[in-house]
Amino acid sequence: MTDRKIRVLVAKPGLDGHDRGAKTVASVLRDSGMEVIYTGLHQTPEMIAEVAVQEDVDVVGLSILSGAHMELFPRVREELKKRGLDHVLLTGGGIIPGEDMEKLESQGFAKLFGPGTRTDAIAEYIKTEMKRRWAHTS
Amino acid sequence: MNASPDITERFKRGDKGAVARAISWAENGDPRFATLIADVYSKVGHAWRIGITGPPGAGKSTLVNEIAKALRTRERTVGILAVDPSSPLSGGALLGDRIRMEERTLDKGIYIRSMASRGSHGGLSRTTVDACDAMDAFGFDEIVVETVGVGQAEYDVVSAADTVVVVLCPGAGDGVQAMKAGLLEVADVLAVNKAELPGADRLIMDLEEAVHIRLAGKSTWMTPVVACSAARGDGIEDLIAAVERHREHLKAHDLDGIRREKRLAQVHRVLDERIAEHLWSGGGFGERARALLDSGRSPYDVVAELFSALLAEHRHQKNGAK
Ligand SMILES: Nc1nc2c(ncn2[C@@H]2O[C@H](COP(=O)(O)OP(=O)(O)O)[C@@H](O)[C@H]2O)c(=O)[nH]1
Ligand SMILES: [Mg+2]
Repeated sequence: MTDRKIRVLVAKPGLDGHDRGAKTVASVLRDSGMEVIYTGLHQTPEMIAEVAVQEDVDVVGLSILSGAHMELFPRVREELKKRGLDHVLLTGGGIIPGEDMEKLESQGFAKLFGPGTRTDAIAEYIKTEMKRRWAHTS
Repeated sequence: MNASPDITERFKRGDKGAVARAISWAENGDPRFATLIADVYSKVGHAWRIGITGPPGAGKSTLVNEIAKALRTRERTVGILAVDPSSPLSGGALLGDRIRMEERTLDKGIYIRSMASRGSHGGLSRTTVDACDAMDAFGFDEIVVETVGVGQAEYDVVSAADTVVVVLCPGAGDGVQAMKAGLLEVADVLAVNKAELPGADRLIMDLEEAVHIRLAGKSTWMTPVVACSAARGDGIEDLIAAVERHREHLKAHDLDGIRREKRLAQVHRVLDERIAEHLWSGGGFGERARALLDSGRSPYDVVAELFSALLAEHRHQKNGAK
């Protein structure tokens, strides 16, 4: 009998010191039935990828308010790849202007969420995406 | 089902991603766990398993971080399992113990895994032992399991450890409350954390007295009470020394027998799960039970009927096999 839960790492890379948004998203994901690992402020891309390995997460969600998203998303993706975690769904949000979001999405990143997103939209997106992926693998 | 050979091979090579996947399989009841652990079971038994329990906020995670740091200076490798409760409503969980162990994230000799308690009825105990077995076989010298000290299920979890450390702190109730909560009974070592705060001396005295009343003249092991301050890094060496004394004590008092009984408890849990699954999903007991209940029989009657049906089937199969 298998009973699989979606495991999500909610991480805050970069230098800004606000994690209220990240915490809110973490609790919303918890309330929608996911197991959320929360790791606090100022995580380096290397640390985020290392935690993703140790926790065997399905999803990594980055909260970036510092404006460094164009740099941080690719760096986290690279660190995940280095560790063989290409299968992990990398998503996130924060203060990301629409054009940057399009640029990142065109570089193959998953859906990202800008300011004013309904938090349950993120939960819904992750659930739909994981359902689709799990249907393929098993 | 086969364990994917890829994961087994990576596990043997010491790839943390593989021990992580093994623990996920155990959590999810995925049969690949059984295949993997059977393959590496000769390695299980090397690690010393330390259970850390106590009320929320006592400083367990902070203390685990300090213990891991101190063990690393002795060149011991450490596998950490941090259990937090699942929400009974949504089934989700917010796992935040890692925040206190952040400095350990990139240490090659440390592995940290957060685990949600999920539905209890023994499931958590089974999964915790599985996760410890996996970390043990993987090769860690020490295993530390942190769990919240509330409720019977949580005691079962720490009881799976070789040494149980109960963490208390001043301001979170007195020694009598700890005793009432049954925490003293599971403790092999008592740690009074936040010992720099007022009230610590009083708590230590209360606990020493409680231990004395409970154990003096009745036990070969007198639970030591150790003062520490995880936030300041004080008393950690004393705490580790107390754990090591307990280890020596068990080694001199039938450690193998004690461990075998703990493994037996795991056999019991897994067998119970297997039987229940067989009955309720494969054996069609749900339908039969419903029909009997509809005919006005009591639950005990229904059980008696189903149980004799089960025994009859079993006998029939045995005779058929001859
Ligand atoms: N004053 C004081 N605070 C501490 C000490 N150890 C931990 N804390 C604080 O107690 C709070 C809870 O700590 P945590 O390790 O998360 O406790 P847990 O819930 O038992 O895991 C945190 O704010 C810690 O900083 C200590 O030795 N002294
Ligand atoms: Mg904790």
